[in-house]
Amino acid sequence: MEINAEQRDRTGAKYGMWFFLFTEILFFGGMFILYSVYRAKYAQDFHAAAAEENLLLGSINTAVLLSSSLSIALSISALKKGDYRLSVRLQTATILMGLAFLVIKYFEWTAKIAKGIYPDSPVLLKMSGGEILFFGLYYVMTGVHGLHVLIGVVVIAFMVYFTRTGDITSENFSKLENTGLYWHFVDIVWIYLFPLFYLIT
Amino acid sequence: MEDTASDYENSFYREKGKYKGVFSWLMSTDHKRIGIQYLAAILTFFSIGVMLGLLVRLSLIAPGKILSQNTYNQVFSVHGILMIFLFIIPGVPVAFGNFFLPIMIGARDVAFPRLNRLTWWLYLTGAVLVALSLFTKGGPPDTGWTFYAPYSIRAQANITLAVFGVFVLGFSSILTGLNFVTTIHRLRAPGMTWFKVPLFVWTLYATGWVQMLATPVLAITLVFIILGRVFGVGFFDPSKGGDPILYEHLFWTYSHPAVYIMVLPAMGIISEVIPVFARKTIFGYKAVAFSALGIASVGYFVWGHHMFTSGMSDTARIIFSFITFLVAVPSGIKIFNWVATLYKGSIMPNAPIYFALTFIFLFSIGGLTGLIIGSLAPNLHLHGTYFIVAHFHYVMFGGAGFAILSALHYWFPKMFGKMYNEKAAKAGWFILFVGFNLLYFSMFILGYRGMPRRYFDYPPEYFNLHLASTIGSWILAAGLAVILVNLIRALFKGPRAPADPWGGRSLEWTIASPPPAENFRELPVIK
Repeated sequence: MEINAEQRDRTGAKYGMWFFLFTEILFFGGMFILYSVYRAKYAQDFHAAAAEENLLLGSINTAVLLSSSLSIALSISALKKGDYRLSVRLQTATILMGLAFLVIKYFEWTAKIAKGIYPDSPVLLKMSGGEILFFGLYYVMTGVHGLHVLIGVVVIAFMVYFTRTGDITSENFSKLENTGLYWHFVDIVWIYLFPLFYLIT
Repeated sequence: MEDTASDYENSFYREKGKYKGVFSWLMSTDHKRIGIQYLAAILTFFSIGVMLGLLVRLSLIAPGKILSQNTYNQVFSVHGILMIFLFIIPGVPVAFGNFFLPIMIGARDVAFPRLNRLTWWLYLTGAVLVALSLFTKGGPPDTGWTFYAPYSIRAQANITLAVFGVFVLGFSSILTGLNFVTTIHRLRAPGMTWFKVPLFVWTLYATGWVQMLATPVLAITLVFIILGRVFGVGFFDPSKGGDPILYEHLFWTYSHPAVYIMVLPAMGIISEVIPVFARKTIFGYKAVAFSALGIASVGYFVWGHHMFTSGMSDTARIIFSFITFLVAVPSGIKIFNWVATLYKGSIMPNAPIYFALTFIFLFSIGGLTGLIIGSLAPNLHLHGTYFIVAHFHYVMFGGAGFAILSALHYWFPKMFGKMYNEKAAKAGWFILFVGFNLLYFSMFILGYRGMPRRYFDYPPEYFNLHLASTIGSWILAAGLAVILVNLIRALFKGPRAPADPWGGRSLEWTIASPPPAENFRELPVIK
């Protein structure tokens, strides 16, 4: 009976996480809808504005985030096999890659702000409507995504702590598994953001 | 039946937890305690909302003498924000859903009790933020509850804080839906198959999905408003290339499904009350259950009918109008099944069924007038008039509001272990019914004759109907007062309620009133 209750709990937690990810998809969906409508309306402006993006930094960030998804997946496998030390190392690697992503993002943003391109800036307001919207969407969508990365980093830091204290074990790993799901979601959102902002010129 | 005397000592009110005093409530993860707190909160906000509504009505019989134009705008906006976001959207699920969902499916609690407590804290935080927006720099929002852009982005009032409060409330609503859907999937008692769960649970299930799939869209839309006000991001600002119509689309993508968040669980209550008091099993259980899912899914595709006059292609308008008519089909199925359940039943004339029957009557008026404004030609005439105001008050208050009153009278003995005075409840019902129809039916005529909604002043020919409506508001308030005073009095002075005063068949009536701490000593097995 006790084992049964435990199993039931684990599946329930997974249900909860998946439902939460559905709500996240719709949350980002609102932004993607704005993007598609304005992209259709101002195709030329979007094309021109995207030239401003730094393709090299964007590509590096894509690689960093994809690798971090791999490392969190491996950390779960390591945990299931009982190798706690490896799991902690892989989780820490994920955190470091998440932070690297944010640092690169920081340089991208500051480079743009240095050029005077930020919402409501005099430089931006002189541009065409479509370009204003492009950069508005760029800041909002990568900003909200970055916030999700930051939250993910904090959550994974807790997972490292839990793995060390023995709250997460090879028998009871739903916390880490659900964190992994969340991290993959953050990764997938970026997979869409990258082409929409960097590759459309 | 268990021994009630010893059970009374075991009731969840007596449970000794880790915390004392007010913290034994605020820190509790018990779904019943959370439900009771939510109930107290939503009834408080409802009462404040009623007072603001009375003020709006009072101002309308003497425009300019009682409220200034600006104050009038603020009062009707806050009336809407309170009633929609703090009362009727959380409404049935957070109060009655929290209290009864686990009991009705034979569980000890919801799937995520701590998450449940978090939703309550978020709700309180959201409420505090909305309240703060009333008293801080800029003053209360004057945009109406819909926060339409671009006005909401440019207005002087403290809209940022109010909108952030609604964002937090939305978060609370999403997590409640997530919790309930998981609970219904995972924690049904052994033997309780999908087609054995009570119909109230079915409607909570459908509502939970709507909460999860619609509310995030509102959340991001509200974020856009905040970003527009604070950072000058112009997604809805034409001078920056944005399009205000898109705001309306995003807003109604949530806010139309939100109508079903309000009314679906209300229909669930009616589906519980009617069979119990008709002494029959529900007619067409599966049809009622599936129609809840039908309403929830079709309800996603009708938002355009709020925007027939905002600028849309003819094709889009015809499609939205057609789908709007489709929603009437599952709603009609429910009404048909309730009436069929009553047919040849041996009806017990107690207070809960009075409210339930009134629900059917008023909701039918609200629903049928919804078809009038859902068709394109009359909509052009009636859009933005009092006809709309009357329509949604018939659906929201006549529907969801009366269902909440029915639920209060139906489950009051179970929740508090006390009986209320039946005669006073019925007297209150009668006064409320008369006042309600005088108040809102006058608005149908006003709207039909062209009185625009939200206007502060009007030509003299509308005065008589406005006066009738305002008198109705006083009668309605008197009825509500009788009902609430009667229930509050019963809390303190009412006689002890038996475990099953109505002969109900669902699981909550098999345990003591009020229920013991973990609901069931042994989890029930359903045959």
